Amino acid sequence: MSGHSTYQPKTGFERWLDARLPIVRLGYDSFVDYPTPRNLNYWWTFGGILSLCLASQLITGIILVMHYTPSADHAFASVEHIMRDVNYGWLIRYMHANGASMFFIAVYVHMLRGLYYGSYKAPREVLWILGCVIYLLMMATAFMGYVLPWGQMSFHGAVVITNLFGALPLVGPSITTWLWGGFAVDNATLNRFFSLHYLLPFMIAGVVILHIWALHVVGQNNPTGVEPKSKADTLPFTPYATVKDGFAMSVFLILFATFVFYLPNALGHADNYVEANPLVTPAHIVPEWYFLPFYAILRAVPDKLLGVLAMFGAIACLFALPWLDTSKVRSMRYRPTAKLYFIIFVVACCILGLCGAKLPDDPVLGHFKTFTLGDADLNSFVWLSRFASLYYFAFFLVILPVLGLVEKTLPVPDSIASPVLSHPAAAPEQATAAPEMKG
Amino acid sequence: MNPSADTLALASTEFDLTKVADGQQVTLKWRGKPLFVRNRTPAEIQKAVADDSASMKDPQKDADRVKPGKAQWLVLIGSCTHLGCVPTFGGGDYGGWFCPCHGSHYDTSGRIRKGPAPLNLAVPEYEFLSDTKVKIG
Repeated sequence: MSGHSTYQPKTGFERWLDARLPIVRLGYDSFVDYPTPRNLNYWWTFGGILSLCLASQLITGIILVMHYTPSADHAFASVEHIMRDVNYGWLIRYMHANGASMFFIAVYVHMLRGLYYGSYKAPREVLWILGCVIYLLMMATAFMGYVLPWGQMSFHGAVVITNLFGALPLVGPSITTWLWGGFAVDNATLNRFFSLHYLLPFMIAGVVILHIWALHVVGQNNPTGVEPKSKADTLPFTPYATVKDGFAMSVFLILFATFVFYLPNALGHADNYVEANPLVTPAHIVPEWYFLPFYAILRAVPDKLLGVLAMFGAIACLFALPWLDTSKVRSMRYRPTAKLYFIIFVVACCILGLCGAKLPDDPVLGHFKTFTLGDADLNSFVWLSRFASLYYFAFFLVILPVLGLVEKTLPVPDSIASPVLSHPAAAPEQATAAPEMKG
Repeated sequence: MNPSADTLALASTEFDLTKVADGQQVTLKWRGKPLFVRNRTPAEIQKAVADDSASMKDPQKDADRVKPGKAQWLVLIGSCTHLGCVPTFGGGDYGGWFCPCHGSHYDTSGRIRKGPAPLNLAVPEYEFLSDTKVKIG
């Protein structure tokens, strides 16, 4: 899509079709001849991995629906029926359930890669925002999918998340009743979640097409953050990117298969194998791992409305990121100070994830009472999550805007190829990132 | 997507209070939500009344949360006002209820005393049909 098409129809049929629907030309220009920066590293393979995840979720999901019954009375039993009676039902369901986790692993890596290499900066703002929309849709889909087995965690997770909207002043209670279709989470809620869980993945697929379209208009970013300037800076998508993506997908599938076949329930909760009971909440209720950092932010704030706002604000920061980062240098490879803050940011996110999984008042380190300040016990997960949340927001709202203006950056190369072609010894990092130069 | 007519029809329920032993509570389902009917001991009532003047997020007198002359019977919607989990009976720092989800503590009058919940456990509309029977809703 960038530049002139070099597609040459070879057979009579291709020429006939090309004059009527140039779909082969579109595929050729997008996935064969499409120029990719020659220095893309393995962090760039997660886009392809995510497409694979989406396809896997769609296929396994459609098969599961053939055996699932969306009803508060039968949903739990029908999932057990899938696990015990349906041919390879256990495999399909474990692929779908663990596939969601794999999808989020890949999306987090993909997002952190974008964050590190400045892939959200002009002219890629729309590309980044479309990615954020996909992420938001993924979270909605994953949440609704988790409700469908109608286990204890499903049910009470649905109660907690739908009640988040109840925190809004004035309209809150009406919104929750509208979401539930009743006075509580019940059959009506399950059915609408089922309907939306089936719809949203296709919306994701639609936004993915827009995401790829936007990507092909502005071109891929690369580890240097310097735009390709000549033919020496790029390589055709096929075979270079296809082979690299294919290899990365194979490695990723090994991880996926390890979970599906050896640790199928490691990322789930035993409580979800107990049928939903509206009268008893499990003693320790936690969301799936991929929501834990946001859950920790929610719990870090002692006020209900502010907690909910902070949680949604954490995602809103991502949308605003292209305008929050003021640095003229795209890649953090040339921003040593930003790199440091980025590493702390990743650690803070992991800490938030850990805090989200723990009980808020539990001590972090033994039972020391030395860290108390007033009536606050600083040696508790709730306080740890407060510090980590503070850093999370400071990173987006203070560090990135200010650092971009004051930071002393390293010299950025003129082009992608120049450090490799002219000074191989001076830039060992780029040299290893471009092994295709040896061939 | 608002509640359908049959959902709205499930509005009220009757309950026989003799089922609740002294100092215990019975949880029943009302409009898809848990409903607590607690038979409070004199000590629990005394504690709740004594705390009437304590500083609270959602100040309310214990007497306003029960029917006149029936201080023993506390009828509450058993849904935490934070995010709707079901608080556990007898837990927490105030001997009322404790919500396991995000750590809200309620006292023996169902008032929020500590934690993220903004409001007291809600008292539904109910009336005594006789000394041992209540109609909720």
